[in-house]
Amino acid sequence: MRLQAVDVRLAYGDRVVVDGLDLGIEAGTVTTIIGPNGCGKSTLLRALGRLLKPAGGEVLLDGKRIDKLPTREVARVLGVLPQSPTAPEGLTVADLVARGRHPHQTWYRQWSSDDESAVADALSMTGLSDLADRPLDELSGGQRQRAWISMALAQGTDLLLLDEPTTFLDLAHQVEVLELVRHLHSSLERTVVMVLHDLNLAARYADRLVAMRSGHIIAAGTPHEVLTEELLASVFDLDAKVIADPVAGTPLVVPIGTRHGSPPASPA
Amino acid sequence: MARTRILCVLAAALLVAVALSITIGAKAVPLTDAWQALTAPTGSENDIIIRSLRVPRTILGVLAGIALGVAGALMQGHTRNPLADPGLLGVTQGAAFLMVSSIIFLGVSNLYAYIWFGLAGALIASVGVFALGMVGGRGGPTPVTLALAGTAVSAFLYALTSAIVLLDEQAMDVFRFWQAGSIAARSADVVWQIVPFIAAGLILALVNAPGLNALSLGEDVARSLGQDVNRTRAVGVAAVTLLTGASVAACGALAFVGLIVPHLARHLSGTDHRWLLPYSGLIGAALLLVADVIGRVVAPPGELEVGVVLALLGAPFFIALVRRRKPVRL
Amino acid sequence: MRFRVRPRAVIACVTGSIALLLLMALNIRIGDIPMSLGEVLRGVIEGDFVVMELRLPRALTGALVGAALAMAGGITQSIARNPLASPEILGVTTGASVMVVAGIVASGSVYGGASGLLLSLGIPVLALLGGLLGAALVYSLAWRRGLDGYRLVLVGIGVAAVFTNVKYWLLTVGDVNDTTRAMVWISGSLHGRGWEHVLPVFLALAVLVPVALAATRTLDALRFADDTAMSLGVRLNPARAGMILLAVGLAAVATASAGPIAFVALASPQIALRLTGSGRPPLLTSAIVGAVLVAAADLIARTAFAPVELPVGIVTAVLGAPYLIYLLIRLRRGTRT
Repeated sequence: MRLQAVDVRLAYGDRVVVDGLDLGIEAGTVTTIIGPNGCGKSTLLRALGRLLKPAGGEVLLDGKRIDKLPTREVARVLGVLPQSPTAPEGLTVADLVARGRHPHQTWYRQWSSDDESAVADALSMTGLSDLADRPLDELSGGQRQRAWISMALAQGTDLLLLDEPTTFLDLAHQVEVLELVRHLHSSLERTVVMVLHDLNLAARYADRLVAMRSGHIIAAGTPHEVLTEELLASVFDLDAKVIADPVAGTPLVVPIGTRHGSPPASPA
Repeated sequence: MARTRILCVLAAALLVAVALSITIGAKAVPLTDAWQALTAPTGSENDIIIRSLRVPRTILGVLAGIALGVAGALMQGHTRNPLADPGLLGVTQGAAFLMVSSIIFLGVSNLYAYIWFGLAGALIASVGVFALGMVGGRGGPTPVTLALAGTAVSAFLYALTSAIVLLDEQAMDVFRFWQAGSIAARSADVVWQIVPFIAAGLILALVNAPGLNALSLGEDVARSLGQDVNRTRAVGVAAVTLLTGASVAACGALAFVGLIVPHLARHLSGTDHRWLLPYSGLIGAALLLVADVIGRVVAPPGELEVGVVLALLGAPFFIALVRRRKPVRL
Repeated sequence: MRFRVRPRAVIACVTGSIALLLLMALNIRIGDIPMSLGEVLRGVIEGDFVVMELRLPRALTGALVGAALAMAGGITQSIARNPLASPEILGVTTGASVMVVAGIVASGSVYGGASGLLLSLGIPVLALLGGLLGAALVYSLAWRRGLDGYRLVLVGIGVAAVFTNVKYWLLTVGDVNDTTRAMVWISGSLHGRGWEHVLPVFLALAVLVPVALAATRTLDALRFADDTAMSLGVRLNPARAGMILLAVGLAAVATASAGPIAFVALASPQIALRLTGSGRPPLLTSAIVGAVLVAAADLIARTAFAPVELPVGIVTAVLGAPYLIYLLIRLRRGTRT
């Protein structure tokens, strides 16, 4: 078990979002957390990435309490990409990706050949080598998202936590990002945990799905085990048909309508 | 590498400014004579002017300029606010308040003693603001709370200072000249007094630069890159306090240097603080010296305080820059 | 036009107004001839000379000036999208200060007796002139194919720095007595304010406040990013220019009457925002907070070191700053980190 949440209680001030939750992440897997808006999935991801300190329980990285480890040491093993991060204006792609090397640098040794090659690899893996000198704010949404992922890759961590890495991307770019994740997993044996909204893509690209609602895990397992019509009803209040994806054979969700509105209601 | 080249150009500009500052004044001293005064003094009038007046003044200008430039860049980086000046944490007003208090309540009348009081006031105010920013919240202080707490404490201290100087004419007389900002008529002792503080502040600032880079991507990303956000903030505040406190105690309210210089430097360096900090320091020092030189010659036989010249010189330049380009946002 | 009524805002406004009336009554009560609150009330109704000619105008000037500065601050902070912004950024208060200090220093020691006349008659005019000139300078320098909030702030800093340092320099030039007199004015003072000081602020508020309140929705839209504001149907440049003009008008008139009273414009909107729990500086509540702040400060300024009277602007900061800090701390306790 690489990363583990044990009986965690997560809260913002007095507002408890998650209580008494257990979750284990196996090495070398791609785990995707799904659930309706506000169910606490991003909060859980933040806690796993030690961006949020649990109000109770603990998060373990390789069996050790993550909040007791030096943060720089953690950063060499575990990278987190939060939802829609912001960069200072004028920052170039190469500069951004280079900042991913931060945990590997000390203030007297700022830049090494390791850093150089890690950045070059990260840029080429995300197909950004040609855009390296462009300022981030001149890029399209998809390119910008890839630049941030590239930064996380340059960090060179075994574990990668991605919070909705496909937001704002068109379908082709979504698939591109997820293919990249698959590549990380299959060729580089990285362990990835993501939050995704698209259930069908989640089913196709994850080894393991974790379905959450109101701060609790309702189901966890392979996509076939988790993505059932009953679960969609209980977690998303969604009437849907689940068929086999004609391409990959994974479950494919075809919505019929929501439980509280009559189908097919207005888009609001 | 282009950035190294810019660094060299800026260093050269500072050297020119130093040469100007040593040679130009009420009595112009040719560069060769100045050199001789420094290397092989004979006790001539020129030698005395150079060694006891111009050199301390120039060194003080360089120190204060570097300190305020770097402190300004740190402050704007940490608060992500272009309005942030190094005095934001109450440093300037803390220094002013304790200096003025020492005059009226302790009867201190010696310039060197003021400086210790000023320094102490700066440190106390800044630590107080940081502590206020910490109270209540579970994490460290956020930039907005820090900035607001700093402004509030500054306003509070300024009001107390004003009240004192309104009641005491002698304090008013000291205060008004300190407020205008000057590096003139400070002896070498003053320089030695502030050197350790500025050196310590600069070291902390350099240590802080990589962390500040990480922080500029947002707190979450900084943390995920292994940066301890609260410690980075604390180091940054310590650096700003030492640099600004020492400068304003010795030279008066010159925090404006720290406000504009980082904006100028950012156009050359971009957003990387490892470059922005040294650029800001060099530009700050050069600007301060040039302003001081202009102040010496512009209104003979008197002098114009460097703070006034800085504003008259720096602000139009700053405004032109802001107008010409799209400002680099933090 | 209909407003959404928020209970906390209503409570803040009502309690604020009651506090204001009480503070003004207390203010009128004290002086060479102390009065009871009943006498104050009777004095107002019957038109007693001391109350109507000496004390009421001063109390009114304080309250009105506080309200005007606070509103100007709220508008400025909204446009600049920056809680540290105040009308100083618009060049008003600093412009006025330079003009007045120059006036005092230039005339003070040379003409001696004439300065008394200048103090009573010329200074408000000088201040108004300086304030408007300062604002015009900032505005014209910041305008470049439109008005960007961020550029306005940066230009404002530059201009304010020039004015402030020129002011500091002027303070070193003159005689130390003149410096002290100038300091009193630039700290903001309500000493000897009469109806001639009330009237301009009252008229300005009477005209500008309804406009400002009617423009609340525009101001709300301007708080968003430019693209969002435009998509909400706001014509950016005219809207921004109009709002700045409002803020300048309010601040300039207030400054002319009582000097640049410190901290009211910066703190009142921030205090009001935290009192009402809204996401933006609420204009009406800000105005009431500003008025209360100045009224309370004036009371303290007159009584704390009596018979010596402090300039009110010194006390506003001493009073407002700890309160703002208290609110900051309390809010951090209550909400998320």
